Amino acid sequence: MGLHFRSGVVRRLVSILLLGVTKAAFATAGGDPATPSIFSPASTPADSIYHLSLFVLAICLAIFLVVFGLLVYAVAKFRRRPEDDGREPAQIYGSNQMELAWTVIPVVIVVVLFLATARVIHAVEDARFPPGTTEITAVGHQFWWEFQYPQQGFIAANELHVPVSDPRNPTPTHITLLSADTDHSFWVPKLAGKTDLIPNRSNSMWIDPHEAGVYVGQCAQYCGTQHAKMLLRVVVQSREDFDRWVASQQRPVQNAEGVARGRQVFESTACVNCHAVAGTNANGKFGPDLTHLMSRDTIAAGAALNNRENLRQWVKDPDTFKPGALMPAMQLDEQDLDAVTDYLLTLR
Amino acid sequence: MAATTVTLPQSEMPLAHELRGRVGMWCLIAAESAIFSIFVVAYLYYAGKSLNGPTPREVLHVPIFNSICLFASSFTIVMAERAIARGKGRLFGIWWLLTIVLGAIFILGTAREWYHLIYVEGLTISSSLFGTTFYSLVGLHGFHVIVGLIGLSIIMIFAALGHVKQEHAARIEVFAMYWHFVDAIWVVVLTVVYFVAI
Amino acid sequence: MSNAESVLKPMMVSPEREHAKPLFDRVHEWIVTVDHKKLGLMYIVYGILFLVIGGLEATVMRIQLAIPHNHFVSPQVFNQLFTMHGTTMVFLVGMPLLFGFANYLVPLMIGARDMAFPRLNAFSFWMSAFGGIILYFSFIGGGGLYGAGSAPDVGWFAYAPLTSQAFSPGHSTDYWIIGLLVSGIGSIGTALNIVTTVLCMRCPGMTLGRMPLFAWLNLVTSSMVLIVISPLTAAQIMLLIDRYLGGHFFDTQAGGSAVIWMHFFWIFGHPEVYVLIIPGFAFASEIIPVFSRKPIFGYSIMVAATLAIGFLSLGVWAHHMFTVGMTSYANAFFTASTMAVGVPTGIKIFNWLGTMWGGKIRLTVPMLFCIAFLFQFLIAGLTGIMLAASPFDWQLGNSYFVVAHFHYVLIGGLVFTIFGALYYWYPKVTGRMWNETLGKWHFWLFLIGFHLTFDFMHIPGVLGMPRRIYTYEPGRGWEVWNLIVSLGVIVQIVGILFWVVNFVWSYFRGKLAGNDPWDAWTLEWSTTSPPPEYNFPKIPVVRSRRPLWDLKHPEDPDWKYE
Repeated sequence: MGLHFRSGVVRRLVSILLLGVTKAAFATAGGDPATPSIFSPASTPADSIYHLSLFVLAICLAIFLVVFGLLVYAVAKFRRRPEDDGREPAQIYGSNQMELAWTVIPVVIVVVLFLATARVIHAVEDARFPPGTTEITAVGHQFWWEFQYPQQGFIAANELHVPVSDPRNPTPTHITLLSADTDHSFWVPKLAGKTDLIPNRSNSMWIDPHEAGVYVGQCAQYCGTQHAKMLLRVVVQSREDFDRWVASQQRPVQNAEGVARGRQVFESTACVNCHAVAGTNANGKFGPDLTHLMSRDTIAAGAALNNRENLRQWVKDPDTFKPGALMPAMQLDEQDLDAVTDYLLTLR
Repeated sequence: MAATTVTLPQSEMPLAHELRGRVGMWCLIAAESAIFSIFVVAYLYYAGKSLNGPTPREVLHVPIFNSICLFASSFTIVMAERAIARGKGRLFGIWWLLTIVLGAIFILGTAREWYHLIYVEGLTISSSLFGTTFYSLVGLHGFHVIVGLIGLSIIMIFAALGHVKQEHAARIEVFAMYWHFVDAIWVVVLTVVYFVAI
Repeated sequence: MSNAESVLKPMMVSPEREHAKPLFDRVHEWIVTVDHKKLGLMYIVYGILFLVIGGLEATVMRIQLAIPHNHFVSPQVFNQLFTMHGTTMVFLVGMPLLFGFANYLVPLMIGARDMAFPRLNAFSFWMSAFGGIILYFSFIGGGGLYGAGSAPDVGWFAYAPLTSQAFSPGHSTDYWIIGLLVSGIGSIGTALNIVTTVLCMRCPGMTLGRMPLFAWLNLVTSSMVLIVISPLTAAQIMLLIDRYLGGHFFDTQAGGSAVIWMHFFWIFGHPEVYVLIIPGFAFASEIIPVFSRKPIFGYSIMVAATLAIGFLSLGVWAHHMFTVGMTSYANAFFTASTMAVGVPTGIKIFNWLGTMWGGKIRLTVPMLFCIAFLFQFLIAGLTGIMLAASPFDWQLGNSYFVVAHFHYVLIGGLVFTIFGALYYWYPKVTGRMWNETLGKWHFWLFLIGFHLTFDFMHIPGVLGMPRRIYTYEPGRGWEVWNLIVSLGVIVQIVGILFWVVNFVWSYFRGKLAGNDPWDAWTLEWSTTSPPPEYNFPKIPVVRSRRPLWDLKHPEDPDWKYE
């Protein structure tokens, strides 16, 4: 039977697929920094899990090869031959020795796996923190992240800055996890396993990233319509950069020139019901703190890059980037939109 | 299979056909017990965690009389089972009616207790965690008592019309198992609500 | 002729007599029936219908996820799709199919004329059916997170407080609750029926130790159903109380706990997946021996292992909650219990292997499906062991690795054995044989499609892709894997089409199958194909686990050896 495709199309599709697979395989194996692979740990919890996973995978692979091999052998060797005489084979009902063997061996394997696992559980969950630990409280919201820095006295949103931690002199970051509404989960694979944010419950996790850089993740517990765009960016910085960032966050916003109109629109429309800008009379808690909005790379918890055009469009109609986000379209006219955007751009 | 008759040793005769009703009822009891267990767990889990409202100690009083009535109804239903097993239709009717009366007293007593809790003490299902778990657990049990009373009443009507005979003894026994189950659940609920988590 | 011969000679119910009845009467007969065979078939047809619907839901999701930032469906619709897909597959496909097979086959296999409670049987079927209809009515009648009329969109495990009135106004969540409550009543009824039937209705000579494994495994499954559906029922009643009577069971603002919903749900949810897979084991335990031409290896151990699985599965539920922030002791306990339940499961795989070993394996279509099941269930079990290690689960939980794992068990394990069972018992039910070539095309296409989709699906999980997202970011290395996963769906669909064509065509034109086309050994093959309404002219008397083997091999009967 002949299947006549336009051979050019098929060839192109196949080569795209092959190229993509190869690239992706290398990305996975080689640790493309943009890929948040659990096999490229950059922090102790993720690292402990990584080493445990190698051990577990090795054992599972061994079991797989043995049993798979036996199955293949059985199907091949005991297939009925075409020249078969039709007599029934020996009717074996069982063997107590075999049953004992293939009960005891799995039990031993399970015990070994359990002991290895229990060590890691304890090491990660019951860790103790040195005095230099940075304390952060993360509060999950539908569909953004609030990050409180109680030691430094400010509140940020969506992009988490933490100092890098030198393994010889660790300065980990301890994160207390709360939720303002429904269940969420904090997952940045390269830094740690995920821990959930549950309302009326306080959870705890920690990271100690060894290398500066930006680590991506996202919410990992279905929390509603825009669960998919509740993205995470963890910016790990050297001690100096981190301190500089903290100082800039602690600074109250400067009253910029030429944006009085925008500020007035912002403060007289419902914006202040949800958003806070330190040093002004905007102190809403429902939405992200905007005091240092322009210090962030993205807006809407990662749904769009933080630039003038996107910001304006987001304020005009959030549904463009994140349909179902809880921020309503404020029905501003074009001039007011421009004015508010100008104002927001000054919130550095 | 074989057309010839075969005598099988007793050990090879499977569980009798006639046990179907009892086995089926045990299955139902198992399923219902599991439902009640979850409500009991919720009650115990939330004990002491209410943010407001009257506490159990403040408003609950052990329903001694009601409980005695319900437990007594298990006794009367056993007497009724025995009566019908011996073919004594009228005696059966008397004990059966007594069972209904005792069960009804229990429900009325529960209703009175709830009236007092709601209108005098101000405890409703939405007041607090205690309110929610209390009314749910006790209410679920009460619902099962009411279902039992309905069944008892239907059989009472059959008995009054003369349709309940000695050959129905096994079925009466199966129904009575449900009633005993409702009683047993009350033992658990009474203990948990009025003694353990008080 | 001897009694053995008269039993083994094929008899056929004349087809002309059947079709002479007017259509209305024939439909009416099916609606009012209490016959276990008809009810069994209705359950199976119902399950297959929803399998197609659930499969369509999955197909739409995979189209949406084939490329990043796709706009095939809106997030609201996508969230409804994954909720309905999961709920449908577990409750409206898995449970009905398995109850359908049990209903049809258990009385036949134990030499009974019907189930213990035929009317309860019918009532339970119709409750299950209505439950599904209520759930699907939500597409027209409900109102969910977004407020417009729609199906439930809270995920198939409906975590609190997302299901509270505050976050799910409207009725979509109520459809989820009530549809499943009603269907759950049906499940408990059928389970009760199966337990009573197996315990009380076996034919003379069939002690518990001489029952086919199919009957044993369904006994265990149904016993589990009795205990585990109830926690879900209880939790759903609590949720209704919260939503409509102002209750606070899961109201975190009033001091209630979101975590306790998870406990209640998973106390149901984990044993439920064993409820789904154990009947799959039952199919494999009947099919593999017949096509290996040997009895099942280690019958008693298989029973014991199943009992162990049933019992242990009640103690593993919180492995679905490893990320919730339980203490290290709780996490360690559930790691241990979850790994422990892998031991009896592994024992079963070895016993099936032992059954094939030294046999004369006939690679018929049902056997092919069961052999694939063995390979795939091995892999699924191993990814389960990986997830059992709680720290590993802290990374892989709630990601596409988990989605791949459970589809591997449920499709690679359960659906494959269901296909095996459909092919194996089709001749008994319809009296006709299906086409071997079409069957093999179905098998190979479905196998390839399954592996394309679900092997590669593990990778995005490892690379950080969480589940239940309607789209994903480009540049994270997830794109090509998602594309392959989506393409695999096409191959599976083609495979399924071969199956549908085969079964429909064969119903009208297939060769007559006779009583016992497979030369099998359990009682259902001793009666006609299809069986008469009363199942057996005379209630059989048995002396061993393989009564037909004894009849066919009077010089070497089973009862001499076990």
